[in-house]
Amino acid sequence: MKWLLVIAMVFATVLSDLLQSYEMKRAGEQSVSARGLARLLHTIARRRLLILGVACNAVSFFAFMALVQTEPLSFAVPASASSFVLETVLAKFVLHERIGVRRAAGALAVLAGVVLVGG
Amino acid sequence: MTNLNARSGGVMEAPQHSSGAALKTYFVLLFFLALKAAGNSWMAWGMKQVPERMSMNPALYLRAMLNPFVAMGIAALILALLTRMALLSLADLSFVLPVTAIGYVIAVFIGKAFLHETVTRQRWLGTLLIFGGAALVGSTSRNTTGTPAVEKTK
Repeated sequence: MKWLLVIAMVFATVLSDLLQSYEMKRAGEQSVSARGLARLLHTIARRRLLILGVACNAVSFFAFMALVQTEPLSFAVPASASSFVLETVLAKFVLHERIGVRRAAGALAVLAGVVLVGG
Repeated sequence: MTNLNARSGGVMEAPQHSSGAALKTYFVLLFFLALKAAGNSWMAWGMKQVPERMSMNPALYLRAMLNPFVAMGIAALILALLTRMALLSLADLSFVLPVTAIGYVIAVFIGKAFLHETVTRQRWLGTLLIFGGAALVGSTSRNTTGTPAVEKTK
């Protein structure tokens, strides 16, 4: 059950972020003013993949909540951090982002830090 | 499409129109971090006051939302979600992921300062690594796919 929850959480997080990143780049630059947020809500309502991304976000959130009810945070947080690696790799190959040495090194340092904070 | 901004081979080179957009990106990032920290703190504080243990029963979650701190926490976290989406319109996913991990650093400081939690040496080291890594990623060009705002009229 524990690993099923981890797999559901990681899969939902990765799918959610890939969909959100892809769709938000296509939607163009957004702002966080009241008008900007209203426009963003309108954008979400018009884009099915974005709605799917938000739904995946909800699945990931509830999977994490269920996980921390039975497992210690020191397991749940590093387990959730595994999505970080998968997402960075997929950002390169699916979203075609250019990940240079500095960004890769920084991401690895952050990953190690997240595991240490959670562990 | 992906090679649109592959100019001069400089992976870390900032886009030409960047200074205003970069400021906007960091402003949205700070706004997101503040909302996330406030939302999580209110949520944690409120949930401690809810007597029932959560299960698969949705009625328990709905009842927990009647607690004002839980309600405020949820509102802040929904706003944080929207703000993160705005951030993803401004920057790469591989940029947003590490820089938003600064949230872990803030959580450790809030735990130490307000909840008087003990922070172990291992956790301080992790915090330092996150901060250094995020700063390193923050120094790279935040948008490398060069996707313009092409579908505004769609």
